[in-house]
Amino acid sequence: MRRIAPALLLLCLPLGGCQHWQSVLNARGPAASTLAHMFWIFVSVLATVWVLTMIALLLALRRRRPEDADPLATNPTTERRMTITISVAIGLTLLTVISLTGLSYAAQKVLFAHKDGALTLLVTGQQWWWKITYEDSQPNRVFTTANEIHIPVGEPVLIKLESSDVIHSFWVPSLTGKMDAITGRQNQIQIQADRPGIYRGQCAEYCGLQHAHMGLIVVAESREDFERWREQQISSAIPPGDEERQRGMEIFMSKPCIMCHQIRGTDAGGKIAPDLTHVGSRRYIAAGTLETTRGNIAAWIVDPHGVKPGVNMPTIQLEPDEVQPLASYLEGLK
Amino acid sequence: MTAGSPDPQVPSGLLPHRIVLNARQMPSYSYGPRSPIWWGTLGFCAVEGMGFVLAVGAYFYLVFVNGTWPLSAPAPDLFWSSLHTVLMLGSLYPNYLAKRNGEREDLRKVRRDLVIMSLIGVALLGLRTMELGTTHVKWDHNAYGSIVWLLLGLHTAHLLTDVVDTIVLAVLMFTRHGHGKRFSDVGDNAFYWYFVVASWLPIYVIIYWFPRWW
Amino acid sequence: MTRALTSHEFDAVPEVTRLATGERGGLPGVQSEADAPPSPDELRDDQVDGPELSARLAKTWGTEKGLIGALSTVDHKIIGRRYIITAIIFLFLGGLSAVAMRLQLAQPESKLISPDLYNQLFTMHGTTMMFLFGVPIGEAFAVYLVPLMVGARNIAFPRLNAFSYYVYLFGGIMIWVAFMLNIGPDTGWFSYVPLAGPEFSPGKRVDFWAQMITFTEVAGIAVAISVIVTVFKMRAPGMTLDRIPLFVWAELVNSFVIVFALPAVVTASAMLILDRLVGTHFFNPAEGGDALLYQHLFWFFGHPEVYIIFLPATGWVSAIVVTFARRQAFGYIALVLSLIATGFLSFGLWVHHMFTTGLPQLGASFFTASSMLIAIPNGIQIFCWIATLWDGRPVFRTPLLFVIGFFFIFVAGGLSGIMLASVPLDTQVHDTFFVVAHFHYVLIGGNVFPLLGAIYYWFPKFAGRMMSERLGKWHFWLAFIGFNVTFFPMHITGLMGMPRRVYTYLPEMGWGSLNLISTIGAVLFFASFVLFLYNIISSARRGPVAEPNPWNAGTLEWAAASPPLPQNFDRVPVVTNREPLWANRDSLPVVAGLSVENREQIVSTITHGRADLRESSPEPSIWPFLTAVATTITFVGSIFTPWAVVWGSIPLALALIGWFWPKTSTEDER
Repeated sequence: MRRIAPALLLLCLPLGGCQHWQSVLNARGPAASTLAHMFWIFVSVLATVWVLTMIALLLALRRRRPEDADPLATNPTTERRMTITISVAIGLTLLTVISLTGLSYAAQKVLFAHKDGALTLLVTGQQWWWKITYEDSQPNRVFTTANEIHIPVGEPVLIKLESSDVIHSFWVPSLTGKMDAITGRQNQIQIQADRPGIYRGQCAEYCGLQHAHMGLIVVAESREDFERWREQQISSAIPPGDEERQRGMEIFMSKPCIMCHQIRGTDAGGKIAPDLTHVGSRRYIAAGTLETTRGNIAAWIVDPHGVKPGVNMPTIQLEPDEVQPLASYLEGLK
Repeated sequence: MTAGSPDPQVPSGLLPHRIVLNARQMPSYSYGPRSPIWWGTLGFCAVEGMGFVLAVGAYFYLVFVNGTWPLSAPAPDLFWSSLHTVLMLGSLYPNYLAKRNGEREDLRKVRRDLVIMSLIGVALLGLRTMELGTTHVKWDHNAYGSIVWLLLGLHTAHLLTDVVDTIVLAVLMFTRHGHGKRFSDVGDNAFYWYFVVASWLPIYVIIYWFPRWW
Repeated sequence: MTRALTSHEFDAVPEVTRLATGERGGLPGVQSEADAPPSPDELRDDQVDGPELSARLAKTWGTEKGLIGALSTVDHKIIGRRYIITAIIFLFLGGLSAVAMRLQLAQPESKLISPDLYNQLFTMHGTTMMFLFGVPIGEAFAVYLVPLMVGARNIAFPRLNAFSYYVYLFGGIMIWVAFMLNIGPDTGWFSYVPLAGPEFSPGKRVDFWAQMITFTEVAGIAVAISVIVTVFKMRAPGMTLDRIPLFVWAELVNSFVIVFALPAVVTASAMLILDRLVGTHFFNPAEGGDALLYQHLFWFFGHPEVYIIFLPATGWVSAIVVTFARRQAFGYIALVLSLIATGFLSFGLWVHHMFTTGLPQLGASFFTASSMLIAIPNGIQIFCWIATLWDGRPVFRTPLLFVIGFFFIFVAGGLSGIMLASVPLDTQVHDTFFVVAHFHYVLIGGNVFPLLGAIYYWFPKFAGRMMSERLGKWHFWLAFIGFNVTFFPMHITGLMGMPRRVYTYLPEMGWGSLNLISTIGAVLFFASFVLFLYNIISSARRGPVAEPNPWNAGTLEWAAASPPLPQNFDRVPVVTNREPLWANRDSLPVVAGLSVENREQIVSTITHGRADLRESSPEPSIWPFLTAVATTITFVGSIFTPWAVVWGSIPLALALIGWFWPKTSTEDER
């Protein structure tokens, strides 16, 4: 543990450009900041303990006894001194442990204190994506999206966590610690961002074949931007703007896509896969795996199992000339 | 290094011996905690007892998670299970006799006691079969049925094991092997039977009475 | 060498009353066969001496040649050696699966290994290391060394011990064959439900995993009970509680932890397999079950498991520190009490694996306190070992080097564990590579480094030859550097957000360089094991022949030949000191009067170690092997049909009756 701080510096030098958008040490919310501070306190204390113990060990490795000494012989003075030293060391260890427990408990009190916020989300973990429902007292303002959460900066947001299949764990390290989404139960977690930005999260509980590709992003933005985004998400899908997209829509509606996906305002009403009403507005597809570009959408539709082997999305039979219009249509669903 | 070779080959460097004690007059076996096998039996009782404790813990965990109990089934019937329990309690006396007569190395009485214990064991297995028919729930109905059948299954496995053990020991005592250390084995078998009875009583209360009180 | 003494002369020995109980076997007033005088025709070890005694005893206690003889053996040294070798083979298999995973993770979005294979690999890695290496290796050493260290001629229940080995072997083979046939488990070594339940893991993969648990736990429990009874009842006369070697104490406490922890995982895996095979609903929330019930049961075992892996290692460390510090252990009582405290506390920590499941906060913080508290007994042990070295004259041979490596690595791992014990910090690092780094520091530091030291230390006893010291030092440095290069960066990878059990990651995550460093380290670390293997094989063939006590150590196993003869000791030693060979440098005090023609050994009292009985130890028998075969057929069959339990119980019962039925020639079993 002791080597973390210098080693971190050393190791991050060659990684100058790396993003740290999913890092415990890149805290961007009050909870994550508390945790990061606590982490460094623990590291300093524990590193000190380690260094002292190792110094004691190295000093102990010097040869003191004469070669022919009886291994059973003991010197009462030495015995007494060692007993006292060890008692003191144990006392100090106990003190350290008690202090750290106290610190931990205090931090726990702060972190898990319930703060009232305006926004409540229901996040459902599924193999292998996140279904996100923004709750509202008015039923017509409730909407569902996938893998991308928008929150207003500086406001606590309550997230209810559920699972529709196996256990998942919701974790956006730059904002706060993780919480499991457990089958048959509901857990709660609060997140809050201190400054605008995009924070990445990832499922942290092994959930099967594509556990590695179950990401999400949290977009923290100003209240105004957030409201604009919310109004757009509540609205139905925009109709296709050009002929190619119109054709794409027809292809979509004629294929099994509609069995699983919903596009509000169209005939596609499937509920078991991500809601695609505004898929074009989301930054990533396939749960944080591919950036939303027309090319990536096409690649994903043509061969989902090449991108995410074992994913629940089936490979749909498409004619070569159907791919582009379909991708174009979906990309246009802003 | 393993096969006993007839030619003497004593490695050098071994310390010479200085005899300070002679074991010639020591007994060749004994009873109860003086005997290693008694501790082995106790060890297995501890392992299996831990299994029972965990299964009972799981039972109450499920009660706590569900709130209502039993789940969509009436509490199991009391008749056969209570009869079973009474006979189990009744078996304690002949079991005590078997152990005592074993310690007295009285072959005739030990044979009689083991036959009685075997018959009681078979009767208990019969009662258990009747009992299983009156639980009003199957293991695949819901979690309540699962845990009830797990507890009953666990205990039945122990019952069956000890009954077979008792019968084998009874047969053994009627052969020419029925002497010496076998008397100590009778005591250990009786000891295990106490465990089978003792583990049943809480399970009986939990399965049959607890749902009526909850 | 001794002369034959007459029985009258023994009355003159003053220690007799303290060394023996002198009680009758039968109850008062009963004319018991137990007290019948021994047959005058039977040769006893106060009548012969020297090479003749050795040879005759070796014949009495020996193992027959041939396949049947090999499968019938009840010699704890032969079984123990097989146990150790098997566990180390599994260590290598687990290590190979780790190297495969590291190669896949060396760069982002690598296509080297498919996600399906990767998930099987990490499941097999964890399962193998925990159940097929971690638990068995400690027990394997106990099987070999505990009887020798307490001055016994065999383990308490040698047939049970043999049975245990075969069950363990068959269970391990079963799971690896399943893996080779691409039906290896893929739900992690913990197999959480509902992922491992019938709905999300159809097929037989998880069933093999669950039955592997049953195999290894049956084996583990059987050995634990044999070890406990060996330590309780088979100690050499005079070995009072405070003269028991620290290694034996560690194995004793370990066995108790096994006895109380393993039933939990058997319960969990039994419920899992019942849910999968006969449609029970223990973990199905829709029918009143609960997914977290599994986690509670699993971790009630799973945390003590860590100590089951660590406790035997404390025994290795104690033995090596004392021998190479050339000083008796400082704080013997404190060390023993720490072991016992660790054993108890290990049962109060399981919830710290579940801090992110949304349990009530107050309850969770109780487990923070108990988890941090375990630093105290561990701290006491570390400090006592350092004090022993401080006041000693350290001899820097390979075993001590590995123990020093243990200090560096294990203490770091223990301290990062304090971070995991804190509920809030755990929410950030739980299930990330930080945890992977932490527990490899604890488990490799706390078990594998002491194990490597222990193998260098006891190899002369096992094989009768010394291992190469030069290769040993190379091995140590390669292992120490390789280990740290592999696992230290993982702390940072985890803090940078990399979760565990991912088969790949995106390039833009920025984890590539650290993962590459870890992979390079893993290759170095694996290379150190190849060197180790070479050292073992070449030393076993050509190493210098070892004296009985090559390290000038103090405990009783070094009073036996290297390797020991089948009877371990020609006469059972009498113990007057914690380090008997340091206290008796010229001659070994012994008990005489045991049969040379039959397998007699001394049964003593628990606290004072007074000789009480001269009981017979079981003869070799093929039945434990056949029982293990019947058990295997039943368990494997039950994966395919629940009725296998019913029809499989018949051959099983027959085999058990064969096992316990007395032989015509002898009157003793078990």
